[in-house]
Amino acid sequence: MALILNEEQSMLRDSARGLIGSKAPIAHLRKLRDERDATGFSRELWRAFAEMGFPGLLVAEEHGGSGLGAVEAGVIMEEIGRTLMPSPFLSTAVLAATALTRGGSAAQRQEYLPRLAGGDLIAALAVDEGAKHRPLHTAMKAVRSGNGFRLSGTKGFVVDGHVADLLVVAARTAGAPGEAAGLTLFVVDPRAKGVEIERTVMVDAHNAARITFHDAEVSGVLGEVDHGAGLLEGVLNVGRGAVAAEMLGAAEEAFTRTVGYLKERKQFGKLIGEFQALQHRAAHLYVEIELTRATVLKALQLLDAGAAEAGAAVAVAKAKAGTVGTLAVQEAVQMHGGMGMTDQFDVGLFMKRMRVCQELLGDANFHADQLARLKSY
Amino acid sequence: MANVDQFRSDVRAWLEANCPAEMRQPMTREEDTFWGGRNTTFASQPQRVWFERMRDKGWTVPHWPKEYGGGGLDGEETKILRQEMAAISARLPLVSFGISMLGPALLKYGTEAQKREHLPKIAAGLIRWCQGYSEPNAGSDLASLQTRAEPDGTDFIINGQKIWTSYANYADWIFCLVRTDSAAKKHDGISFILFDMRSPGVSTKPILLISGKSPFCETFFDNVRVPQANVVGQINRGWDVAKYLLQHERAMISGMGERGGNRPLGQVAAGLIGADAGGRLDDSMLRGQIAGFEIDEAALACAAERATDLAKAGQAHPAFSSALKYYGTELNKRRHELLMSAGGIDALEWESERSTEGAAARAWLRTKANSIEGGTSEVMLGIVAKRILDLPGA
Ligand SMILES: Cc1cc2nc3c(=O)[nH]c(=O)nc-3n(C[C@H](O)[C@H](O)[C@H](O)COP(=O)(O)OP(=O)(O)OC[C@H]3O[C@@H](n4cnc5c(N)ncnc54)[C@H](O)[C@@H]3O)c2cc1C
Repeated sequence: MALILNEEQSMLRDSARGLIGSKAPIAHLRKLRDERDATGFSRELWRAFAEMGFPGLLVAEEHGGSGLGAVEAGVIMEEIGRTLMPSPFLSTAVLAATALTRGGSAAQRQEYLPRLAGGDLIAALAVDEGAKHRPLHTAMKAVRSGNGFRLSGTKGFVVDGHVADLLVVAARTAGAPGEAAGLTLFVVDPRAKGVEIERTVMVDAHNAARITFHDAEVSGVLGEVDHGAGLLEGVLNVGRGAVAAEMLGAAEEAFTRTVGYLKERKQFGKLIGEFQALQHRAAHLYVEIELTRATVLKALQLLDAGAAEAGAAVAVAKAKAGTVGTLAVQEAVQMHGGMGMTDQFDVGLFMKRMRVCQELLGDANFHADQLARLKSY
Repeated sequence: MANVDQFRSDVRAWLEANCPAEMRQPMTREEDTFWGGRNTTFASQPQRVWFERMRDKGWTVPHWPKEYGGGGLDGEETKILRQEMAAISARLPLVSFGISMLGPALLKYGTEAQKREHLPKIAAGLIRWCQGYSEPNAGSDLASLQTRAEPDGTDFIINGQKIWTSYANYADWIFCLVRTDSAAKKHDGISFILFDMRSPGVSTKPILLISGKSPFCETFFDNVRVPQANVVGQINRGWDVAKYLLQHERAMISGMGERGGNRPLGQVAAGLIGADAGGRLDDSMLRGQIAGFEIDEAALACAAERATDLAKAGQAHPAFSSALKYYGTELNKRRHELLMSAGGIDALEWESERSTEGAAARAWLRTKANSIEGGTSEVMLGIVAKRILDLPGA
């Protein structure tokens, strides 16, 4: 398969770009942030997304979705990254949709997916517990009780957790932290007794929550009890590919703005873009971004093909997006001089979002380590 | 799709049946590369067999037209052949500047007579070419070259000196940049010309490199007579040909690091240093550096694949090979720094049989040239800044 977008994918990109560019430019994020919007995203825009079929992109047609793949989800994420638009697309349309599709029983799929695809159900994935993403180190206990389980423990960095209608929660039904065996995925109603949700306002003004379970009773299990690690890893990998695509979009946009500034700002009687010190740094960054673009598309294609190498390709893409995205926003701020440090100027917003995306679903170090493990060294 | 799958399985079966086991081993010595040429010899029987079988299929140059000795494959088929060769770690049957540099330029700018004369001999490994671009005072600023070609009847008389001419002492013919109009602006008075290295007045003098080898020469031209018909493209428009050829050269150099076989560098290092109880390379800092390197290496491979696909779709930026050349060569230097680190003191031996005559150290030193030959990294970044990013005054 060619490592470029096909015609339908390019059309999808154009329509996403049209919608997001006009309805959710960066001013949209600023407004939500400055007004301390309680939802943290625009429900009206989510409805507009639903009219385009975006929430159900990864949902099968029989459940009201369009049955497309990770490449298409990445196309949308890249556009989201360009304008830093807060959207439940990742939590709901990517992570939860994948978890429910792969792990859900026929009844669960029928119950949730049509509403999700229609834009009427927001869902969030709760995995992280410590400061760093370490899914296998999940310690939160799920203890059998009657026909179900009781959950106790705290999850952090739950994207869209405070507005979710449904939570997908990773917990330990057996084994010790660090082990793959003994992990189970649950579907939890966030309004259930014993579920305490605190919105955590993050540096990037996007949604996240800390959720504490106090012996909360749950009955819905996704996949098999004790054998959820493989399911979880598969879901996380689709999410990682999607976040890498978002980071690519943000890096590209920060870079485009920086190159624009180099052609406009004058010092010493010259455009600053005439200075070779800046030219070479910009050129280096351009090459890094092009490499990142290729790795992200490669990872998404391999995910769609269900290829054995998909895991390694995702590790490469997320790691590369992490280091290159970081470089892109650092260079953006530096090359804008004092302007780059002002809240009024947008480049700082890219820096903040990039820091959050770096931690989201594993940073560059985590994925470098993953790759080394996959390659047995 | 069915045809593509069929082609892939045919290729796989053919390679399986025809690529000798010895030709699937990583290349460790210089003789492992077969360059062709009038005076060539094969290092081994398997090398010969492999070369001849591939040549007979036209697969020394799979994407060239059949009438010029190629395999006539389209872009997709060529990619499949490369993938299948990589999958079994098959060596390239023939490596030459004729294939990677001159051939593409002749296909684009050559006359029909020039193509028929030269391409089949390149494909069949009969003639080995060298590149006469750089001069003592024209390196990065190549267009300031001084070697003169003055008309004399239907010939040119060439005088001047080239330097860093790789393998000039082994080459049969040279493709050479000469000044044919010294009054014109520097880019507008250059011609691209071909001649036999046996022509009277051509001499070479090898230069020793830090690797202890001498793969290149000073090359002198003293009243060398060459027919004007040997100019490729128009007289005084040689810079167009030269630049086009450089794009191919850079694409080739950017991929030089990828021939290390299929074994991940981290495993190579673990083999040399050892692993801890958890199977992890027993040098955690080096392990991190190697993983970072492998991420970039995988990313470069993706970018190269994408560049090929973009070219097929007619969407490639012509200067992108400079981007790949920059990244690929810096990466290959990093690979060898890591290999030296993994090898530790064992990698420092220079002469012993145990070290295959200092192969590790010599290879490490050789890679330092990667970011110089074919245009330096700084020059590549300048090209990206100017041609792709359109930065002012670059
Ligand atoms: C192993 C090897 C094989 C080679 N094979 C061949 C061959 O077969 N045929 C052939 O013709 N040539 C060959 N070359 C020559 C090669 O192309 C030149 O060495 C190269 O173009 C650089 O030129 P130079 O050596 O004169 O360095 P210079 O141009 O003198 O460069 C010196 C330093 O200055 C920097 N510099 C120069 N200009 C600028 C600028 N504008 N901005 C910023 N920095 C700048 C360079 O990047 C470099 O770091 C080979 C070189 C090597 C090392």
